[in-house]
Parts: sequence; structure tokens; C-alpha cells
Amino acid sequence: MDRIPILRMGKFLLVTIQIDLYDRLATNLESDLVQMVNKTEAKGVLIDISALSIVDSFMGRILGNIGSMSKIMDAETVVVGMQPAVAITLIELGLELKGVHTALNVEKGMELLKEKIASDEEPPDETDEDSTE
Amino acid sequence: MKLMKIVLSKDSMKIEREQDVVPFRGRVKEYAVKIGMSLVNQTKLITAASELVRNMLKYGNGGVVLIEVISEGRDNGIRLTFSDKGPGIADIALAMKDGYSSGKSLGIGLPGTKRLVNEFDIKSTPGQGTTVSIIKWKNG
Ligand SMILES: Nc1ncnc2c1ncn2[C@@H]1O[C@H](COP(=O)(O)OP(=O)(O)O)[C@@H](O)[C@H]1O
Ligand SMILES: [Mg+2]
Repeated sequence: MDRIPILRMGKFLLVTIQIDLYDRLATNLESDLVQMVNKTEAKGVLIDISALSIVDSFMGRILGNIGSMSKIMDAETVVVGMQPAVAITLIELGLELKGVHTALNVEKGMELLKEKIASDEEPPDETDEDSTE
Repeated sequence: MKLMKIVLSKDSMKIEREQDVVPFRGRVKEYAVKIGMSLVNQTKLITAASELVRNMLKYGNGGVVLIEVISEGRDNGIRLTFSDKGPGIADIALAMKDGYSSGKSLGIGLPGTKRLVNEFDIKSTPGQGTTVSIIKWKNG
């Protein structure tokens, strides 16, 4: 396998990383995702990394690149399912995942993306909030 | 009295290509699990190992990693020694700075690795190569 499948769900792209990635696979994922965002005009990218037992600065940079390039094309990126030991290690390593949001799991990640997109797309409400009920 | 480090077992692995990174991390994990290292310490050790092995490939044209199980007093740990015969590092203090990279990457591999382990040692001779040695204690 030299490609990680990217699933399209409405306005979102979904990727589940199921194994510790070889570098080639990771760089392919970066370019595939960026192309897909461009082609599909997706508004959000969700990457599930719950199967990753480590994230080093190489992988961290790839996640960051996906986030910042998607942003340029007007899509938000959320990384979900990071294992606690990985999160602790990343802090000590000194890696900030700039340009990506994080969430606990896929459901929470989807909610976050939907919120982000709603607040981007909807013009400010004419009726203000307390008068809508 | 200063405690002595005793080597309990020795293994080594040649690192020549990018494809060697994942199996190498797997091997380090096996040893860490064998001595009963906690998951957080395992993760720190393997992340540090991944950074150093990448440096060895990217800057040192590959090399050899010595994997040792060691003990000191009551604690057991893993010592990894990364040796390459690459160009070496002229200014180690600069290389150890957060954010410094001669390869347009994040520049956190060396300083980050030092934070993740209990002992960190780097020796380099320009024109001859670089050796980095780290220790992570099981309970450290
Ligand atoms: N094994 C090595 N041989 C030669 N130079 C090295 C080696 N490891 C690290 N360096 C030098 O130290 C710098 C900092 O390394 P590091 O902190 O891992 O950051 P990065 O890998 O992002 O460049 C590298 O950019 C390189 O110049
Ligand atoms: Mg590095």
C-alpha cells in the first residue's frame, strides 16, 4: 500500500491513519489531501491519528503543513484521537501543531468542523439570539 | 558512592534507508516493553529515537544504532547509541538550539530529544562523524 485512502463526506474529507506511517506514505498523504481539498472544495479535513503510537517532528510537520495549506484553500483541519502519551511527549519535544485544531475523537472533531464552517458561512443573524424563540 | 552502569544485553541495527525507521522504532519498543517501561516513557524514548535516527539518515548518510539494556542500582533502562560517519557537526551548541536547522525542518530534534530522555550525550568531529547516546530509565 502506498496511499492512504481519503474519504469524502459532504463538505468534509476524512482520513484514518491505521498504521505507523512510512515517510513516503506520509508525504503522499500531504500532497493527496491538498489536491483533494482543492478539487472538491472541501471545507474541512479530519485526520484520525488514534492508531499512531508516536508523532515525531517529521510527522508533526506534515500535519502542520496539511493544516496551513488547507487553510489557504479555506478549509479547516482537525486532528483527532491523539493518544495521551503522544500528547505529553509532543509538549516536551517542543512541537506545536500550528494551524490544526485538535479534538478527542471523530464525533467531537466533526462537531468542531461543523461549528467552524457555520460561523464562517452564515452572515450575521438579522434576528438576534434572544428574540428567536 | 557512584553507581555503575551494567550492560545486560546488546543488540545493533544498521540504518541505511528511510524504510529502516519504522522497524527500528519497533525494535526499540520491544526492548522497552521487555523491561516493563511505562507507556509514557516508552513513547518518549521511541520519539527521541525516531528523531535521532532521522538525523542520522538525513545528515549523516546513515549509520548504526547500538541498543543496550542497562542497569544502574535498582533501575533498568535502555541506552541507544547512534553512530554515523557523516560530515559531523561543527557547532554543537548551535545544533542544540531550539529551531535551528540546516535542513529547513523544525530544528527541534536534538534539543527535544534531550528533554525527552534522562541522559543525553553528543560527540562530533567535523569530517569524521557524529555519535549521540541517550538513556531512558524505566522509572525515570
Ligand atoms: N548526525 C548528524 N550529522 C550531521 N549533522 C547533524 C546530525 N544531526 C543533527 N545535525 C545538525 O544539527 C541540526 C539540528 O538538528 P535537529 O535539531 O534534529 O533539527 P532538524 O533535523 O530539523 O534540522 C541539523 O539541522 C544538522 O545541521
Ligand atoms: Mg532532526
